[in-house]
Amino acid sequence: MSFLTETLAWLVDPANWVGAGGIPTRLAQHLLFTLVTLLVAALIAVPTGFLIGHTGRGRGLAVALSGAFRAIPTLGLLTLVALWVGIGLNAPYVALTVLAIPPILAGAYTGFEAIDRKIIDAARAVGMSEAQIVLKVELPLGLPLLIGGLRSATLQVVATATLAAYIANFGLGRYLFEGLRIRDYGEMLGGSILVILLAIVLEGVFALVQKLVVPRGVTAGLPIDIRDGSSRSRPVMESTIEEGNSHVHSE
Amino acid sequence: MIEFHSVTKRFPDGTLAVDDFSLVLPSHKTTVLVGTSGSGKTTLLRMINRMVDPTSGSIEIDGADIGTLEPVKLRRGIGYVMQNSGLLPHRRVIDNVATVPMLRGMAKKKARDEALALLDTVGLDRLLANRYPSQLSGGQQQRVGVARGLAVNPNILLMDEPFGAVDPIVRAELQQELLRLQRELGKTVVFVTHDIDEAFLLGDQVVILRTGGKVAQVGSPAEILANPIDEFVATFVGADRGKRSLHLENHGDGDIVVDETGRLAGVLVGSGPSASPSTVSSESKAGPRGPGASAQGGDSR
Repeated sequence: MSFLTETLAWLVDPANWVGAGGIPTRLAQHLLFTLVTLLVAALIAVPTGFLIGHTGRGRGLAVALSGAFRAIPTLGLLTLVALWVGIGLNAPYVALTVLAIPPILAGAYTGFEAIDRKIIDAARAVGMSEAQIVLKVELPLGLPLLIGGLRSATLQVVATATLAAYIANFGLGRYLFEGLRIRDYGEMLGGSILVILLAIVLEGVFALVQKLVVPRGVTAGLPIDIRDGSSRSRPVMESTIEEGNSHVHSE
Repeated sequence: MIEFHSVTKRFPDGTLAVDDFSLVLPSHKTTVLVGTSGSGKTTLLRMINRMVDPTSGSIEIDGADIGTLEPVKLRRGIGYVMQNSGLLPHRRVIDNVATVPMLRGMAKKKARDEALALLDTVGLDRLLANRYPSQLSGGQQQRVGVARGLAVNPNILLMDEPFGAVDPIVRAELQQELLRLQRELGKTVVFVTHDIDEAFLLGDQVVILRTGGKVAQVGSPAEILANPIDEFVATFVGADRGKRSLHLENHGDGDIVVDETGRLAGVLVGSGPSASPSTVSSESKAGPRGPGASAQGGDSR
């Protein structure tokens, strides 16, 4: 009980809302760090995922590498990179980029793979070039799953970015490490709550985006299709996109 | 005119899909490739727009070897209609039809206007233009597929089992529609099917393929039905059984035609005893599925 009152007291203490170590500054640092990490990870993972999804080659390798990447303990990697490049923000950037790549990569290539091959084949047969197939067919149809991958990467990065404070005076994680050191549990819990709130807000934004990018044609005839059970050509794709959206749709 | 010169296709896994295939497909006629699964008919069709390249041999369109042409450019000049329409699900009907003309650089407004006109051509209501493919019935989607195939006004129209996934009533409707279109437009149509009735109905020239992409027989429907070259073809076209194996029975005043099981198939009209068997054949081909023949026979029993 006293934890909660301490936490509340810490959260509303005006002294914690100003200055270089104040909540707004650290929140902004944390958010910026998350976004930069995601951007770098996406720059690596999205083109790679598209290439794998489009060509169908290298999938086994991607799955194995993603699995291996996921298994790396982020704190261990962080320490290792820090020993290599020194104290500062470079090490957390590298470690968290490694953490963010697997879900984005998976979102990118599963988005492409979930598209019915017949649609791709038809697009090619009527005379679309490979680049046009990627940009005009695979990208719009695969986007919901890609956003899903970004969404799950964001959640992981925003939570794990607290580790940046392990080796730098940076971000919301600072409250956790500092609170732990001086046994100020109100500060620790307050910091955690801020991280959680930030994660929930970002989750909400991505959920909205993910819903908005589902092409209208994909959802348009859905209820009718299911009812009349006709032998339509896209059961694979429809079910997958539904799945990617299951957090969003309440029906 | 499309010419196959000793075309062979062996897939990387060793399957011989097409074996030393040579054929001339005349312009402005419908050539139907018909055969069972694994006869290489779809492979042959897809070689014409270089979706598949032959292992050896060459294919010429109006005298030009297509092996020397750029695939994407070649495909944009050839209409392609596939089973299950293959429409882009995220684009409206009208944009699906306008896709290829726009790829070829036509302005959006003009492409859409022409797409609307094409909906008329294939017998679709213009009100459907702004729907998405998933909002259409299977038959309607297939019509949009045909409209898309016609959008670049190609000389050649490739059709890969286009009516295979729709129910028999809609299929019969679409077949008649295609016959009408072909009378109006006179395209060089290459049509793939496994349905011999469909082949005889639509084809000016019918190519019967056996497993492994070998030609069993080439000819007009009447020629094939009248003179099946061997047992395989005879069995495949059903000349030896059921509704195609018809014979005359004389019932006093006139001749009636009955099938193998003795069921009434129809009456022989406008000719005496000298009526040639091919007359009967062609009547049977005109409405192989129609309510006329077998249903009537059933009633009479």
